[in-house]
Amino acid sequence: MKFAILVNEGPYTHQASDTAFNFAKAVLAQGHEIFRVFFYHDGVNNATRLTTPPQDDRNIVDRWSKLAKTSELDMVVCVAAAQRRGIVDDGEMKRNGKDATNLAPGFRISGLGQLVEAGIQADRLVVFGD
Amino acid sequence: MTTKQFMFVNRKAPYGTIYAWESLEVVLIAAAFEQDVSMAFLDDGVYQLKKGHQTKGIEVKAFEKTFGALEDYDVTKIYVDQESLTERGLTTDDLALPVEVFSRAELGKLMEEQDVVLSF
Repeated sequence: MKFAILVNEGPYTHQASDTAFNFAKAVLAQGHEIFRVFFYHDGVNNATRLTTPPQDDRNIVDRWSKLAKTSELDMVVCVAAAQRRGIVDDGEMKRNGKDATNLAPGFRISGLGQLVEAGIQADRLVVFGD
Repeated sequence: MTTKQFMFVNRKAPYGTIYAWESLEVVLIAAAFEQDVSMAFLDDGVYQLKKGHQTKGIEVKAFEKTFGALEDYDVTKIYVDQESLTERGLTTDDLALPVEVFSRAELGKLMEEQDVVLSF
């Protein structure tokens, strides 16, 4: 089956990102496909490479980046939500005259059309949020 | 393009959190993709539809006007949960848009018929 995953909450504050991550791993382990993982609302905060949790805690951002690499996941961060919350890639830095970027590896910034497309293309879109 | 039934479930008050506003943004995009879009309002989400938002005091953009634009995007399936209205002392006269009112059980059936349900 082809899944799409929507993550609507940020890391650490809320369980949603952890559960979405565990779900993604389980989906892949069962031999299913993940069309896309889309990060919206505070979910975009899962995509900052500046996250530095204590050493004895899980690194939620790195975990997503690694899964994207090993499983060739398409992980998309909503541009409007990212702009509000200061998640920046090279393109956004130039476009908005900012002086830094913080998008973690494996993520890309794009529009909400990518979420709607995921809903259309996937057999199941699973929402993780409050 | 494939057309699917997208239902957007709105459960939170219009202000205080950003869920309602960012939900509305996806609704408009889904409509622009010519999907079969409906919106369901339940729990505190029914307050999103209430007439007369005044947000100047909290310095947040009021989005009541954006609801008015839904019709231009052919989003006319606006469903409201009767029990949620009643629990909050509201009737459809308090609402800014024409809506279809369903019981909680009926709304559940409508959700079951959808291809995609996004809950905010």
